[in-house]
Amino acid sequence: MTALFFYLFSTVAVASAFMVIAARNPVHSVLYLILAFVNAAGLFILLGAEFLAMLLVVVYVGAVAVLFLFVVMMLDVDFAELRQGFLQYLPIGGLIGLIFLVELVLVVSTWSISPDALQVPLASNAPLEGITNTEAIGRVLYTRYAYFFQAAGLILLVAMIGAIVLTLRERAGVKRQDISAQNARDPKEVLTLHDVPSRKGLPESVS
Amino acid sequence: MTIGQAASSLLLKEFVAAFVLSMKYFFRPKATINYPFEKNFSSPRFRGEHALRRYPNGEERCIACKLCEAICPAQAITIEAGPRRNDGTRRTTRYDIDMVKCIYCGMCQEACPVDAIVEGPNMEFATETREELLYDKQKLLDNGARWEREIARNLRADAPYR
Amino acid sequence: MSFTDILWTVGIAALKSVGLLVCLLVYIAFALYADRKVWAAVQMRRGPNVVGPWGLLQSFADLTKFFFKEPIIPASANKGVFLLAPFIFATLSLAAWAVIPLAEGWAIADLNVGVLYIFAISSLGIYGVIMGGWASNSKYPFLGALRSTAQMVSYEVSIGFVIVTVLMCAGSLNLTKIVESQNQYGIFGWYWLWLFPMFVVFFISALAETNRPPFDLPEAESELVAGYMVEYSSTPFLLFMLGEYVAIMLMCAMGTILFLGGWLPPVPYAPFTWVPGVVWFVLKASLFFFMISMVKAFVPRYRYDQLMRLGWKVFLPISLVMVILVATVLKVTDLAPKSPEPPPAPVATKAVIQ
Repeated sequence: MTALFFYLFSTVAVASAFMVIAARNPVHSVLYLILAFVNAAGLFILLGAEFLAMLLVVVYVGAVAVLFLFVVMMLDVDFAELRQGFLQYLPIGGLIGLIFLVELVLVVSTWSISPDALQVPLASNAPLEGITNTEAIGRVLYTRYAYFFQAAGLILLVAMIGAIVLTLRERAGVKRQDISAQNARDPKEVLTLHDVPSRKGLPESVS
Repeated sequence: MTIGQAASSLLLKEFVAAFVLSMKYFFRPKATINYPFEKNFSSPRFRGEHALRRYPNGEERCIACKLCEAICPAQAITIEAGPRRNDGTRRTTRYDIDMVKCIYCGMCQEACPVDAIVEGPNMEFATETREELLYDKQKLLDNGARWEREIARNLRADAPYR
Repeated sequence: MSFTDILWTVGIAALKSVGLLVCLLVYIAFALYADRKVWAAVQMRRGPNVVGPWGLLQSFADLTKFFFKEPIIPASANKGVFLLAPFIFATLSLAAWAVIPLAEGWAIADLNVGVLYIFAISSLGIYGVIMGGWASNSKYPFLGALRSTAQMVSYEVSIGFVIVTVLMCAGSLNLTKIVESQNQYGIFGWYWLWLFPMFVVFFISALAETNRPPFDLPEAESELVAGYMVEYSSTPFLLFMLGEYVAIMLMCAMGTILFLGGWLPPVPYAPFTWVPGVVWFVLKASLFFFMISMVKAFVPRYRYDQLMRLGWKVFLPISLVMVILVATVLKVTDLAPKSPEPPPAPVATKAVIQ
């Protein structure tokens, strides 16, 4: 049963990954990318890493891919123009692809596993008794890798602050709504009721 | 922003007040009626579907004076007149009202010297096709027969104010 | 595991799912009717009252109407995506119900990461909206879809933090365990009291997440006609509508589980404990739904920038502060839930490759 689902998920993942580059419409590409992500999440579940699977869906599919989709949908892509210089760039593109392939093969063929690692009795992989996946990750993440975790958080914080600094600008002469100030207005302080006598108008003191 | 204000907005003070208010309205008697089963009161002057009336002896009231056709602001009425075969009196040979054009202003009723064309109390004459809304003389006379009692009562009730 | 065993498990799961779906859809049909009746009552109207006794069968009449209408696909629409979108939307919102425990042990799949699963699935629901809006190839649906997506992504953040606070108190991602952790002091042991600000944030975010009034800007009929649903008709439209209400009910169920103690009786003593848990669950979810439909009746629609302000500048800071506060309190008072037993410290020094 697991094998069946493995082949199902992986086939769909590979096929949709291929469609990402093969689809003519960029929006379709992004949609195929999302399909690939979801299938990758399925593969994670088969591995018993349900926490990672859900995070993959929440973060990549739920947030990142939405932004991709936004950008692609907003862009005014001219498909005819896109395909124009395809043949012209084919040789150089093919060359780059070939170099990448060779490098990948080199990397993979010389892949070696640290002998230390093999000594370890697969500690983090084995399901500990009575401990869920989430808890197992938490135990490693907040003890052994606490500093790396903090560093990753700091990097994200810097990126966030950077984005805010880049886009935040104070424009002078713009009227802004201060909602809390508006809500704080009390009729008792800003409103007075008067009986206005006919043909007299308001007395000088209040007008 | 004061602390009190922050607290009241965090605890949804206004929201709760609005909730209480709308719960009060929730249990109030309904302002609407159960329409297809209950009908609202309608004034004797109500201007609904048209009808051509007859005298109590069965004689058509309409004398084909064409005043209604002349006054109709939407030009929805078409009349052709001619002498009647048996006694030669002037009658309509054709009396059509395009109910799609009609604006239900009631001018035809005002103009009629013999109270022949009236707008009855009926307002439920929706149809599925447009053609059904092009009324001819027969349809109008049938309406008159069907609604005569209500129409007569309404006319009587409204007569002192005419 | 032999083949028949597999068939047996799959068959049982399928039967359970079908049973849940049928109950859920019937419940939603009446919830839709109740929604309209509540709205009408607040406005002193009568609401649907013709089909069936007191109009009880109105939703079924609407359903039939949608089925027999002609589906219209705009000529310039991207046909595949256009038809796929409502299916994705409806399927995803139904799929999330798989992990909801209606009573003790009544969940179809009692996942260890149940909360995250719901969170993930409901974040996927955006795709139905955005695909529908884009594929319609028309201005209003597109604008509606953009608004809806931005809105759902924004409020997901604060819902996430709300869930985090509850998780810290419950000590588990499993929905059943979350409910069980509230099982003391009856109604006062549920998290709505202890985490009241988060309950408020959750309630409002749930409205925004499901595009309910006062946050129904994607559909804002006065400006966008009906948002992403403009070009839809017949069954595809029905699927959108259905998906929306299933998502709303899901939020009610989530609120019930996270804050209102799931299937637990409000008073943990004799006459109340005799009532089966599922009754309490449905009652609480219905109460939540009643609140949601009352909000529709008495809160005016937000402007779009106000909506974004509320999400990012009010809820996000509040929920962040609450997360820190709750964590501190739990740590200081030593109330934090303990894990069953300290496991042996992992000894891996490098990434382990299998």
